[in-house]
Amino acid sequence: MPILEILTIPDARLKQSSEPVECFDDELHAFIAELEETRLAGPAAVGIAAPQVGRFQRIVILDCSQTRRPVPHHGHLILINPEITHWEGFELGREGCLSVPDYTGNVIRAERIKLVAQSPQGETHEYEMESYEARVLQHEVDHLDGLLFLDRVVSRRTDLFQRKVYKKGST
Amino acid sequence: MNNWKMVTLVGEDQPGIVAQTTEALYQNSLTLGETSMMRLGGNFSMMMMVSGEGDLSAALAPVAQALNLRLHIDDIAGRLHQHLVPNIQIRVMGADQPGIVARVTGALAASGFNILELESDVAGTAQEPVYIMTIQGISDATVETLQQAVDSLSEEGVDVSVSAIETLFA
Ligand SMILES: [Zn+2]
Repeated sequence: MPILEILTIPDARLKQSSEPVECFDDELHAFIAELEETRLAGPAAVGIAAPQVGRFQRIVILDCSQTRRPVPHHGHLILINPEITHWEGFELGREGCLSVPDYTGNVIRAERIKLVAQSPQGETHEYEMESYEARVLQHEVDHLDGLLFLDRVVSRRTDLFQRKVYKKGST
Repeated sequence: MNNWKMVTLVGEDQPGIVAQTTEALYQNSLTLGETSMMRLGGNFSMMMMVSGEGDLSAALAPVAQALNLRLHIDDIAGRLHQHLVPNIQIRVMGADQPGIVARVTGALAASGFNILELESDVAGTAQEPVYIMTIQGISDATVETLQQAVDSLSEEGVDVSVSAIETLFA
């Protein structure tokens, strides 16, 4: 099975929005297998989105079951047309990206989310995710909308100031 | 191969420091690498990796003079694309007191912790200053081991929390 080429910055195609999947056919399943092969070929990626390999359809794969420290997760997920329906809380965390070599940065994401997505067979499922897995999903949905974590990076200082505000609010 | 120099420019903050400095570098065919620039206590401080064939001190001297900045240039054995990714974050908060940074970082160093970034600030009021610091770094020791190493400081009224950074690659 071929390993697909990953688009990297400054490739303008990474800013392109992806279209919903309408055909849940063998061709889709073959592509998903190649996308998964590509995710596993690189350095331990917990997720990948179809537009990262130049296919502009709303398909993501994530797997948070192998993190260094265990986190709450739903195992290996293939999500078609994922749509976040609810956001709650916020958390600062460090992100890197297969499409952004040799750079990591701090990004604020919702801490808990609810989402609706279809399976590769087209069945609709709902999920509730939290912390790290929720972060990965938001990172992937951004790819589908033509956004990179670079579009959301905040200063390292942000954490300091959040803490200040929090402290003020609590006294 | 590039020969990098580390340029330090410090002076009273005013609009245009970055624009004029980087324009002077550009006009003299000098290239920026990694940089860190920040306002600290009303001063603007710049640390920049710079390389290129142009005469660096001649390029920057007029800007430094015009904006009243102190200029310092060092040869360094620097390279790009050598990033280390931190796996531990430490947050420190407590009543401002002498030696707080030394005691926290001393305990960490004794545990083999390598600091990649440290930022600190003084919040609160002039009457009741609160020292806030975040540190990101690399350690082979576990969160629990590092937390134990700094726990004795909490008896001195300093709140130190150690957490893992799980950097996402996706
Ligand atoms: Zn990514």
